[in-house]
Amino acid sequence: MKRLFVLLFSFLTLTAFAEAASEDGKFEPGAMITHHIADDYTWHFADGVVAYLPVILVDNGEFQVFSSSNFYNEAHELVPYNGYALDHGHIVKVDASGEPLADQAGLYDFSITKNVASLFVSVALMLVIFFVIAGRYKNNAKVAPRGIQSFFEPIIIFIRDEIAKANIGPKYERYMPYLLTVFFFIWFNNLLGLMPGGANLTGNIAVTLVLAGLTLLITLFSGNKNYWKHIVATPGVPAWLAPIMIPVELIGILTKPFSLMVRLFANITAGHIIILSLFSLIFIFESLSVAPLSVAFSIFMMFLELFVALLQAYIFTLLSAMYFGGAVEEHDHADEHH
Amino acid sequence: MELVTPGIGLIFWQTVVFLLVLFLLGKFAWKPIMNALQERESSIENALSAAEKAKLEMQALKADNEKLLAEARLERDKILKEATDAANSIVETAKQKANEEGARMIEQARESIENEKRAAITEVKNMAASLSLQIAEQILRKELSDKNAQQALAQEYIREVTLN
Repeated sequence: MKRLFVLLFSFLTLTAFAEAASEDGKFEPGAMITHHIADDYTWHFADGVVAYLPVILVDNGEFQVFSSSNFYNEAHELVPYNGYALDHGHIVKVDASGEPLADQAGLYDFSITKNVASLFVSVALMLVIFFVIAGRYKNNAKVAPRGIQSFFEPIIIFIRDEIAKANIGPKYERYMPYLLTVFFFIWFNNLLGLMPGGANLTGNIAVTLVLAGLTLLITLFSGNKNYWKHIVATPGVPAWLAPIMIPVELIGILTKPFSLMVRLFANITAGHIIILSLFSLIFIFESLSVAPLSVAFSIFMMFLELFVALLQAYIFTLLSAMYFGGAVEEHDHADEHH
Repeated sequence: MELVTPGIGLIFWQTVVFLLVLFLLGKFAWKPIMNALQERESSIENALSAAEKAKLEMQALKADNEKLLAEARLERDKILKEATDAANSIVETAKQKANEEGARMIEQARESIENEKRAAITEVKNMAASLSLQIAEQILRKELSDKNAQQALAQEYIREVTLN
């Protein structure tokens, strides 16, 4: 009976439940949650509806491309293939008996995983939506916006006026493409991650690492004389403090994008973990009577997550704009600021 | 630890795809959108300022019109006054002239009447004289034909003279 409910719930809402039961049939919430928020080589849309994604490996300079379905037999059990096998969600080199090799050097995994596939879907969605909108603007620029255009226009204007202009100043225009792209990328993927079967893309540290890294690079490359002067010789600070100040400022350069990376990753992942944990309560207590409470809390959390999805996109964009603003600011009155 | 270990594959794909999307959207979506928004905003601003300018112009025009109207009114009043004055003076002169003419004509009439009267009187006098003569002649002729009558008449005359 319990097993049946597990299957039912996994079919309707979260697709990872079915695999979360251990050998002896005991439900393991930790494993289920970890499995859900981590990356995968297959895409579970619903129980029985599985897309096997392509595996792309670079093994000592040699490309290996094959379907991830090769790692599963008919009974959906893991099997080695061609000297590789899935081990705790990672591809490892194995010997003939299926045991992982001690030497894994030279193996790089560029597979189209669930997150990469989700990334493709989300950017395709973005391209379609914004090309359609751009077309509307190109064809009749002076007509009042309508439909999808009137939904996105206030958001674009908000990013331009309240985020870019307010924090960067007169040079805001050249940062608009990055700010708009990063805002909509994070927001779209946050929302897609909340969909049943959706991937936890923005809750993946690799994604937030790249986004924060781009913000860092743009900040460094747009840093003007004043920006660097503040780092190597902070005005108003005695020269003998330089050995302390310069390392502190250099660390400061890195902590800003680091906080961006961790904030987005942690917020989105935490939201997923909370919702999954609330569902897991039903199976932990092994009682249906917990279900109404659990579902109620989950619905509440879902609404909160919808808000967080927008909020985190806003915060990431806002902070990026502030860092850019700090890099291009003209310090005519530097002492008033610090 | 698994969660906070970024995978090389996702870093690679995320970098490639994100930069590609950034380029594509930047070139084909954000640029036209931002341009169109800017264009629309500036056109709205222009329209508003043009409307404001038109309003000011209208006000100036209205003020001008009013000034013109006032001037025209003043001019009209002046013309009317002048015309009235002219008319009055004409009437006055005409009246004076008429009076003078009338007086002259009356004088003339009186003179001619006087002349006529004098002529008439003279004529009457003459007529009366000739008539008296004729009558006297006739009477004398008739009376003197009869002796008695001549006597009686003489008598009468005498009497009358005596009485006087």
